[in-house]
Amino acid sequence: MRPLIPRRNSVLPPRDPAPSIWSYRFQRIWLTPVFRAVLRVGLPAFLLVAGPGFYLSDPANWRGLTDRIAEIRREFGGRPEFLVTRLSIEGAGPELSGEIRQTIALDLPQSSFDIDLDRMLGQLAQIPAIARAELRLRPGGELDVMVQERVPAVIWHIREGIVFLDKDGHYIADLGARAVTGPLPMIAGEGANLAIDEALELYATAVPLGDQLFGLVRVGERRWDVVLHDGRRILLPSAEPGQAFDRVLALNTAQEILDRDILRVDVRDPARLNVQLSPAALAELRRVRGYNQGDGSE
Amino acid sequence: MSMLYQSQRAMRAKRREAMRRGVIAVLDIGSHKIACLVLRFVNSDDRPPADGVGAMAGQSSFRVIGAATTRSRGVRFGEVDTMQETERAIRTALQGAQKMASARADHVIVSLAGARPRSYGLTGEVSLGTGPVAECDIARVLAACDLPDFGEGREVLHAQPVNFALDHRTGLSDPRGHVGNRLSTDLHLLIIDANAIEHMLYCVRRCDLELAGIASSPYVAGISSLVEDEQELGAACIDLGGGTTGLSIFLKKHMIFADTVRMGGDHVTSDIGKAMQIPMTDAERLKTRFGGVVATGMDDREMIELEADTGDWHHDRRKISRAELIGVMRPRVEEILEEARARLDAAGFDQLPGQRIVLTGGASQVPGLDTLASRILGNQVRFGRPLRVQGLPQSACGPAFSAAVGLVLFAAYPQDEWWDFETPANRYPVRSLKRAVNWLRDNW
Repeated sequence: MRPLIPRRNSVLPPRDPAPSIWSYRFQRIWLTPVFRAVLRVGLPAFLLVAGPGFYLSDPANWRGLTDRIAEIRREFGGRPEFLVTRLSIEGAGPELSGEIRQTIALDLPQSSFDIDLDRMLGQLAQIPAIARAELRLRPGGELDVMVQERVPAVIWHIREGIVFLDKDGHYIADLGARAVTGPLPMIAGEGANLAIDEALELYATAVPLGDQLFGLVRVGERRWDVVLHDGRRILLPSAEPGQAFDRVLALNTAQEILDRDILRVDVRDPARLNVQLSPAALAELRRVRGYNQGDGSE
Repeated sequence: MSMLYQSQRAMRAKRREAMRRGVIAVLDIGSHKIACLVLRFVNSDDRPPADGVGAMAGQSSFRVIGAATTRSRGVRFGEVDTMQETERAIRTALQGAQKMASARADHVIVSLAGARPRSYGLTGEVSLGTGPVAECDIARVLAACDLPDFGEGREVLHAQPVNFALDHRTGLSDPRGHVGNRLSTDLHLLIIDANAIEHMLYCVRRCDLELAGIASSPYVAGISSLVEDEQELGAACIDLGGGTTGLSIFLKKHMIFADTVRMGGDHVTSDIGKAMQIPMTDAERLKTRFGGVVATGMDDREMIELEADTGDWHHDRRKISRAELIGVMRPRVEEILEEARARLDAAGFDQLPGQRIVLTGGASQVPGLDTLASRILGNQVRFGRPLRVQGLPQSACGPAFSAAVGLVLFAAYPQDEWWDFETPANRYPVRSLKRAVNWLRDNW
């Protein structure tokens, strides 16, 4: 009888099938280092480059992609968190504020991604009345412009007109453009803006003159003339004009030199004080002297 | 001859290229199994050069990185019998070894077990000019050896100079630099059937491989299983394989004789199969599990069931004693050993100083063989296992792998052969015109 149960210790030769010629060849190719390198590195790299490259080689695809990117960027930037709705200006007067608004010309509300703060800062630096500007985007959609205004220190007469200068000699505005808060010293002459501090010093010195003082004139870009209301002048030296002016004022206090009928007081040479008399005074002086001489000689 | 000379030189060039690439496979095509080992060469020059003339010797160190064995198909008596089957078997073995090595082997060195090898000892003698012996003198003396008429369809497998003699001094392994008048050499020539090489080459080509060398299986088994002093003093290696039994005699570290007996372990198996009327797979199992060659009283009582499922109750439940099995195996093993003894005697092995005989190969594992072998071959018989090489897996360390491991050693430390020396110019008829031109240029 044929047994139904297979033999327990049946020894079959171990299964040892021969590989087919193609599996053998494939294994050999796969074990080739160059082939492996090409398949594992070269092919993915090629696909990564060639696939998008082929897709983008069509201009329509390229345009669509760039449009899509721009759209996404715009959508993202247009979210309310990024919108700038207000422009607040600190540290500027009403005229300057108007000028700032006009200069940066923001059309609000605008996304903060589209606002070029550096460019705006450059524009603000172009405004002469601004000494220092700072821009800050505050949360809540506020663009904060903090400026430091130049304070008008003197009024400068030049040929083109009358302008305000600050104490460093920077141009601020024409006379008509700004409201003047108080009386300002007046200076004139070429190069006067380069010596504003000297002018202000002289003005501080000239307090005893009171209303008599009209202004200062820079002469030859080196020295000052003090001009009084009635056109009389005090010619100051280029070196240490304050000291010379003090001496003139002291002379005035002592001898009331400025109340006399003179055209100019010349202290350009500190060692010698010159006084130019008015023609009438000169004639009078001559008359008196002549009288005296005559009186004496006669 | 010149054809083979060319092809052997081409194989040497391929072998050099394989060593430069670093990976080479060795393939032992046997009748019972095909073993494939993949070697990786480490090119280090710090290894001291081996003995010998040394054009090819001691080139690099190596490591076995892949090993696979498969049942042999289509090989009979160590020769390729069915090419497609053999090709498939080679593919199986090579694929397994490549998979283990995870490296691709393009060059393969093959050993052939059968193909009727025949050894010739040749002698050549030349008179030397002035000065010490140079490499060209060695080439000249090798070329001066008279080739015997070894018949149609035979080719040279190995042509190894085994001895150099200078005037009256003999036993020189490397005569270069010596000074003398006459240089003579002894050349060992191993001839095998040409069509066996061609068939094997065809199978190897079909597997997309390049042949980088051929070796005789008895020779490489001797390399791996004889220890160094045995090779020096003279010893014979008997490689008891599946289809053939290879014999090789070594003296002074050179093979001086090789032969095969066309019987092996598979014949024992078929004897068992025929005697017990069981299939070959069962016979192989019985042989490996219960086999032996010396019966004792215990073996009469040890019964072996011969299971079968033919449906015949009496046939399926036969029992034999182990003594019966031994009684079947022993005459065949005796016959193989006696044949080997006869071949060794014919080769003059009894004249050698050393009479050591080393038994190796898969069939040498049968129990009791040492008693039987010492009765037939003399009492200086020992069992040999292959040399240990780096990276060889445990499964490939047994005596069945002597030829494969020997092939590894052959690949790494090849013996200098005739074709490793430049042939002297007068053997090239092509060059005679060039020589004439040179002569004219020199003299006019």
